[in-house]
Amino acid sequence: MSPQSFLDVKDLKIHFPTDDGLVKSVDGLTFRLERGKTLGIVGESGSGKSVTSLGILGLHKGGSARISGEIWLDGEELVSASQEHVRGLRGKKMAMIFQDPLSAMHPYYTVGDQIIEAYRIHHDVSKAVARKHAVDMLGRVGIPEPSRRVDSYPHEFSGGMRQRAMIAMALSCDPELLIADEPTTALDVTVQAQILDLMRDLQREFDSALIIITHDLGVVAELSDDILVMYGGKCIEYGSADDIFYRPEHPYTWGLLGSMPRLDREPTERLLPIKGSPPSLINVPPGCAFHPRCPYAERTGGKADTEVPALTETEGGHLVRCHMSPAERRALWENEIKPVLETQ
Amino acid sequence: MFTYIIRRLIGAVLMLAIVSMATFAIFFLVPRLAGATPESMASRYVGRTATEETAKLAAERLGFNDPLIVQYGRYVKGIVAGADYDYGAGVEQCPAPCLGYSFITRQPVFPDLMDRLPITLSLAIGAAVIWVLLGVGIGVLSALRRGTLFDRAAMVIALAGVSLPIFFTALLSLQFFSYGNPFAWAAQGGYYVTFNDSPVLWAYGLLLPWITLAFLFAAGYARLTRAGMLETMNEDYIRTARAKGLVERKVITKHGLRAALTPIITIFGLDFGLLIGGAVLTESAYSLNGLGKYAIDAITNQDLPKVMGVTLLAALFVILANLIVDLLYAVVDPRVRLS
Amino acid sequence: MRRKPALGVSAVTVALAMGLAACGGTSTTPQSSGEPGQPAAADKADAALTGVFNPSTKKGGTIKMANSGDWDSLDPADTYYGYSWNFIRLYGRALTMFPGKPGAEGAKPVPDLAKELGKPSADFKTWTYTLRDGLKYEDGTPITSKDVAYGVARSFDRETFPNGPTYLNDLLDWPKDYKGPYKSKGADFSSAVETPDDKTVVFHLKQPFSGFDYLTQMSVTMPVPQAKDTGTKYQEHVISSGPYKFEKNEIGKGFTLVRNNQWDPATDPNRPALPERYEVSTNVNADDIDNRVISGDLHVAIEGTGVQPAALSKILPDPALKARTDNPTIQRLWYTSINPTVKPFDNKDCRIAIQYAADKTGYVAAYGGTTGGEIATHLLPPGIPGSQKIDLYPSPEGKGDLAKAKEHLAKCGHPNGFETNISYRAERDKEKKTAEGLKESLARVGINVTLKPYPLKDYFSLYAGKPSFVVKENLGLAINGWGSDWPDGYGFLQQMTDSRVIREGGGSSNLSVRIPEVDKMFDQVLQEADTAKREAIYAAIDKRVMEESVILPGIVAKSLLVRGKGLTNVLINDGQQMYDYVAMGIQ
Repeated sequence: MSPQSFLDVKDLKIHFPTDDGLVKSVDGLTFRLERGKTLGIVGESGSGKSVTSLGILGLHKGGSARISGEIWLDGEELVSASQEHVRGLRGKKMAMIFQDPLSAMHPYYTVGDQIIEAYRIHHDVSKAVARKHAVDMLGRVGIPEPSRRVDSYPHEFSGGMRQRAMIAMALSCDPELLIADEPTTALDVTVQAQILDLMRDLQREFDSALIIITHDLGVVAELSDDILVMYGGKCIEYGSADDIFYRPEHPYTWGLLGSMPRLDREPTERLLPIKGSPPSLINVPPGCAFHPRCPYAERTGGKADTEVPALTETEGGHLVRCHMSPAERRALWENEIKPVLETQ
Repeated sequence: MFTYIIRRLIGAVLMLAIVSMATFAIFFLVPRLAGATPESMASRYVGRTATEETAKLAAERLGFNDPLIVQYGRYVKGIVAGADYDYGAGVEQCPAPCLGYSFITRQPVFPDLMDRLPITLSLAIGAAVIWVLLGVGIGVLSALRRGTLFDRAAMVIALAGVSLPIFFTALLSLQFFSYGNPFAWAAQGGYYVTFNDSPVLWAYGLLLPWITLAFLFAAGYARLTRAGMLETMNEDYIRTARAKGLVERKVITKHGLRAALTPIITIFGLDFGLLIGGAVLTESAYSLNGLGKYAIDAITNQDLPKVMGVTLLAALFVILANLIVDLLYAVVDPRVRLS
Repeated sequence: MRRKPALGVSAVTVALAMGLAACGGTSTTPQSSGEPGQPAAADKADAALTGVFNPSTKKGGTIKMANSGDWDSLDPADTYYGYSWNFIRLYGRALTMFPGKPGAEGAKPVPDLAKELGKPSADFKTWTYTLRDGLKYEDGTPITSKDVAYGVARSFDRETFPNGPTYLNDLLDWPKDYKGPYKSKGADFSSAVETPDDKTVVFHLKQPFSGFDYLTQMSVTMPVPQAKDTGTKYQEHVISSGPYKFEKNEIGKGFTLVRNNQWDPATDPNRPALPERYEVSTNVNADDIDNRVISGDLHVAIEGTGVQPAALSKILPDPALKARTDNPTIQRLWYTSINPTVKPFDNKDCRIAIQYAADKTGYVAAYGGTTGGEIATHLLPPGIPGSQKIDLYPSPEGKGDLAKAKEHLAKCGHPNGFETNISYRAERDKEKKTAEGLKESLARVGINVTLKPYPLKDYFSLYAGKPSFVVKENLGLAINGWGSDWPDGYGFLQQMTDSRVIREGGGSSNLSVRIPEVDKMFDQVLQEADTAKREAIYAAIDKRVMEESVILPGIVAKSLLVRGKGLTNVLINDGQQMYDYVAMGIQ
């Protein structure tokens, strides 16, 4: 067995029993991540990417979720670990930045209080010490006049400032694994760039492993070392950022690339629209979950709706879950897709 | 903030003026419109064998012969500047705020009200403590154990609590826990010792009324808290708190309950304000001579100055409670700005 | 009792005087039910009604009482409740009093402050009382005749004291324009009450009045020290002349009485003064009072009007509780007026048909069963002197005689019955039940009755008591009730059967009786000196009204009183018609 990575997720399944049936939000996900590296998890809403992140943090524990598989963090298995043990790791060893900082921060407490609280959960220090730390953190994430702003309430911050504060809170305990769930979705484009820059800088500074979860490939383009594309609770393509951006092999990834917003293009204009809507996680389409929306489903020789395609390695760790042969996929990319994407 | 309070206080005075006018109109103007004469109105306040002459004297003494506006003016003047009262053998100064003298007992109303207030306050405060602790506690537990047997049982009891009338629960509890029954542990009706005399006996006497009253309110608060908690515990900031590694107990109390309590503070303020105006049914059932019983007795006896006085006082409490709730709201929820 | 003629006195005062004077024909038969000093007697129903329950001379203890409402006033000049006159004897002494004795003795005035009963002049217009020696107020100052005169004079001021009885206002020879001692400061009122010396009170009457001792037993002759008089505020601390004085008094909540150590038992043969203390709460929930009396926390429901329906349903099935009750008859008749001004009741036979068709057990049921009242076949309740058993329209168990009813219906030309209306006071559930019961029983002979509820407040002034309204709305039947404060035939009958009290403008207490002979008999009784003869006239009036069948008697009311635990010397007499509070003691 190969030496374990810092984060090693093996065959993770997170299922929720509901009155309507079993919701397989995450269905056999495997990936690994090293310190100082960044993994982007990309997918539409409902693809299971947020559930995955909460699963790693252990936030589904004690609820109705059925969790199986393994999550190894720095040599410790978390799925089988006690709830209390995982709680002790949360915030300290692994932390999370949430999507909408306005709703993710408590409206009744000052930003400073919330950072102080986060720090003091894991550090037995006085309030004054924690407060000083909070001011430091706010300064480090680029909030001007941090010693004054520390007493502001979240609603008194602008969107970008709020997200910086959120980051400050997540980083307050120096986590080794940082998960950012759609960290920039709620922000406008210029602020997005600033926040992404900040995160990259901080990651380097803290040497933490970073998982960025997003529906937008553009966000992960610059930051990520590796990218995992999720669809219907499964990984459908995995590879280095270069693999995904320059040699994508899955039709769904192509679709994602085609719908990336760019500054030079109207946001509504999509080159390669993905028709249809994300699959229901209760009644996952038989065979390849993507086949009802796949423009190439007929090329699979009837396997599309009968057989679940396996996740197979094409080359150098680039994994794809598709019935088409690698040659066929590459041909399509080179001849049909890439030219379209490059028209501008 | 300061101007806000001043403005609200001025509003409160205006509101009281309107309440007093409305009350005055109900008891003095409406009967006149229905054909009552000063004498026929006064005849309620004289003995059973009173002659028309006595009724006339009474009408004169009570000032019923004056135009209504003069009567009302006299009433307002008494509140602002005090009044003189002729008690036969001499004249007594009734200092402001003079809410007049009872038509029947001939006692000044204001000292009466102040005398009754501690009883009602004792009742309201004690019951409020119980119902808030109980109601919120059960509501939180119910929300966290949603769908369990505890939740269902608690909500059924809560429904009963909201639906059962006080006089029913009061009589039932007196019947079971008092009146010399084998498992009687509670004081009998009408038992009241002031807090200063003996805090223990004070609580002993009020325990059953507290529980009765608290049962009614606790039920509503439990339902309210449960709904509020279910809503807040789904908020993003609760997930954030958990992601920080906060222990669940603190997540619930510091983050969940804090937010869920905000609407409860509003309701509590209004409930409490109303209650200090008189817990009519509870006080009647337990023979506690608080403001509520005072009001009921006053209405039964058509003792108008008492009715006016207790109405105004109750209105004042409701208005104050409203103001305090609004101020408290700004303290609790920093997003609220008073202007 | 020997009576002197009282000619020329106004009808009202005579009526009152005779009401007060009436003391024959007692409804209670006193007999001792135990020897003094014995341990507690066994509980037995009506033990205090037929004798003295648990007799004792033991002193000490606290009697706890509660009132579901409040006194009109504690001031002797300003109170007019029966229970108040019963109770006031504990802290005040009038010239004469009803002693705390069982049966008829409890309704005969005896000297109290006075050495002996009043001495009338030959024309009965001047009454002289001489005070006992050694009388003192609670503060030790002596009680003089001036204080009695002053008490009477202040009670004259009906603007200050609107509640009290007005007999002395009407009867005494007050100076012209006299307004009482507050407004007519220093004015001489000796033309009405004179005090030639500190021991003598002389009353000067405008008219002869033979039963003046009955008026002086009222609290208006209790002494009031002028220096301590505070007008309407005097009720907050009445200066006691009796065996108990106010320790604490919170108007609206209650008060406590403690022994007045200035009271000398040697001057007072009528008050045993057994308890050490009285604790009285006012404005207590009536159901709560009943329950507490039953449980022993309270001793007396002071109003003496009987338990609430809730307690009734608890007491009646429980023999042990029932044994602790007394069920006296009250001088109150619940009846239904049959209005001859409304067709077809202008026909006497149609009226008589009602007497036979009605099932009076429904009346009894409406008032809570046999403890709430007993079936009446005529007007005068049994406790009232002159009351004779009259039953002109007999029926088995009061359930009616349908054959007779039909016979009379046929005679009046309505063999298959007729339609009419019945009015009652909407707020009174008992009257509603009565009306429903009558509707049901009258339907048995084809008399169809429509229920007409009217608001209690204006029942007499605008509706059933207004003759034109009665005719207009065809109120053939009207539910009604009448009670007297005094055991007296005139006071009881006159207001309900003298046609001259009918007011065309509304407000009549008499709704249906317009019999010239009856009016004449009332005139006659005013001039009749002989008690027995007067009582015979009352019976005649009663019979005459029944013959005309303009009133359907329902029931004579009874109250169910519960004896508090541990009480001694419990008795009900004709004077109080409830427990006598002066006699009562506690173990």
